[in-house]
Amino acid sequence: MSGSFDMNRNRAVDWALVVYVVLAYVFVFAPIAASFVFSFNSDRFPSIPLGEFSLDWYRAVATDPLVWEGARNTLFVGVIVGICSTALGFGAAYTDYRYKFAGKQVYLALALLPPTIPVIILGLAMLAYLSRINLSGNALSVIISHVVVCAPFAMAIIRLRLSQMDPALEPAAWNLGASEWMAMRHVIVPFCAPAIFGALFITMAVSFDEFAVAWFVSGLNETLPVKVLGFLQGQVSPRINAIGTFVFILSMTLVILAQLLLSGRGAKPADQE
Amino acid sequence: MRRPITLYGLTFSLPLLIWQVLFFVFPLLFLVALSFWTVKNFVMSPDFDTVNWTTMYGRAVFWQAYGNTLALAAAAAVLTSIFAFPASYAIAFKMSDTARRWAVFLMVIPFFTSYLVRIYSWQIFLSDNGIINVILGWIGLGPFQMLNTVGATMIGYLTLAFPLVVLLQLFSLVFIDRTLIEAAHNMRCGRLRTVFEVVIPSARTGLVIAALFCFILAFGDFVSPVYLGGGEPTTLSILITDTTKSGQQWPRAAVIALTMIGTLMVVAFAAVKFAYKGKSK
Repeated sequence: MSGSFDMNRNRAVDWALVVYVVLAYVFVFAPIAASFVFSFNSDRFPSIPLGEFSLDWYRAVATDPLVWEGARNTLFVGVIVGICSTALGFGAAYTDYRYKFAGKQVYLALALLPPTIPVIILGLAMLAYLSRINLSGNALSVIISHVVVCAPFAMAIIRLRLSQMDPALEPAAWNLGASEWMAMRHVIVPFCAPAIFGALFITMAVSFDEFAVAWFVSGLNETLPVKVLGFLQGQVSPRINAIGTFVFILSMTLVILAQLLLSGRGAKPADQE
Repeated sequence: MRRPITLYGLTFSLPLLIWQVLFFVFPLLFLVALSFWTVKNFVMSPDFDTVNWTTMYGRAVFWQAYGNTLALAAAAAVLTSIFAFPASYAIAFKMSDTARRWAVFLMVIPFFTSYLVRIYSWQIFLSDNGIINVILGWIGLGPFQMLNTVGATMIGYLTLAFPLVVLLQLFSLVFIDRTLIEAAHNMRCGRLRTVFEVVIPSARTGLVIAALFCFILAFGDFVSPVYLGGGEPTTLSILITDTTKSGQQWPRAAVIALTMIGTLMVVAFAAVKFAYKGKSK
């Protein structure tokens, strides 16, 4: 595919581009790597040369009951948000796949727009609205807001999978006497299963990292990212690195699981070329 | 084709519709109503008073913040696009399929790391005794003040938007008809000229949309301006958090938020129009 236009190839330029790409990835991963390295470093004000290897920050985090409470809230919120967003997203994706109706553009806009609204505005709107209807300041308010932001991701992932399905498959099931519900249960859902689990993990990971809307609406039930924001506002603390590394490993596990599911056996369309 | 509305269909379509109307459309509409409420003795009451609009719009601080935010977000969109393009270009045209798949996978990882943690990590690099100043010290330079500057804010915006911009640019670049590029080369069009006269115009839609997303992200971000920029210059997002978190002035915060939404809608509309200009033929 590539390499077919060698006319103007210039080795120096190619090398420069390779170096540039490497630098770009260094820029992207420098903060992530530094956070990992300094989470094991004893210094109060992290810099180089490195201090001693230590697990102090992990110990400080592990013995902080507020962090545990935050982690519990995060997990609780994340799991429910994942399930709800995936269910709503699946419904929307299936609707887009199967039906044509007046106002579909509006429907799709509602299904896909929320992530493009700045979180700070969404946070304020949620806080004002939810406290008006007496739903603010608890875990439920975080769940409600996160589902609004996460459902579009689930919808996009599942819609992509549906577009890989042979459109004759569902009508074939009906012709063989299956009701719509049976076709859904035995044809559509099994076909979408990898994307459904993928969406579940991705939306959970998005919820785990979301701090702005959660900061506005969570009240006393702070999630872990909101705690991190608190650490950032207070004294400079390498505890952030320890939490960050822990959450990173958790999120990456979910993302890799999702990736394996989405690219696993049978998930690819037959015609890769 | 038309199908009758069935219970089956509604079971799948309605839940999301209801949820997004209840918890997305209504909150945003409520923001409009809220901007006309009044606050007396720290208590909000429903009202129809334009006092919040006139107070906010009458303040020089507000317009200053507005100008700052607009300039910062525009600069972020331009700079990120420029920095991202050579990388996207190289990934799209100079890599094998396997390498490209890996490159994409690596660019996705940052989305699932905490933005806050990455910003804190940049503090470690940029502070007065931080990594960069120590390294510069070894060769006898510095120390320079890097934290709490506009440059640091820009690094934060780059951290936020760079991976997304690369992916969106990449997505538009890989769909360019390669025969166009070969044709340009066959006609002895130089490399750089091919990039500017063939590649960029063909990928315009994606490039503009990528810049637009960067603009939106930077426009609404409060973390970089506060924790890397030191709160100077004040942006609208800082103004919103301050107004909301201290002093119960939610109606005034609503005015700021609505002004931001209006601005974003105008910018997005203009950008999309420019992106698709002449494409509908």
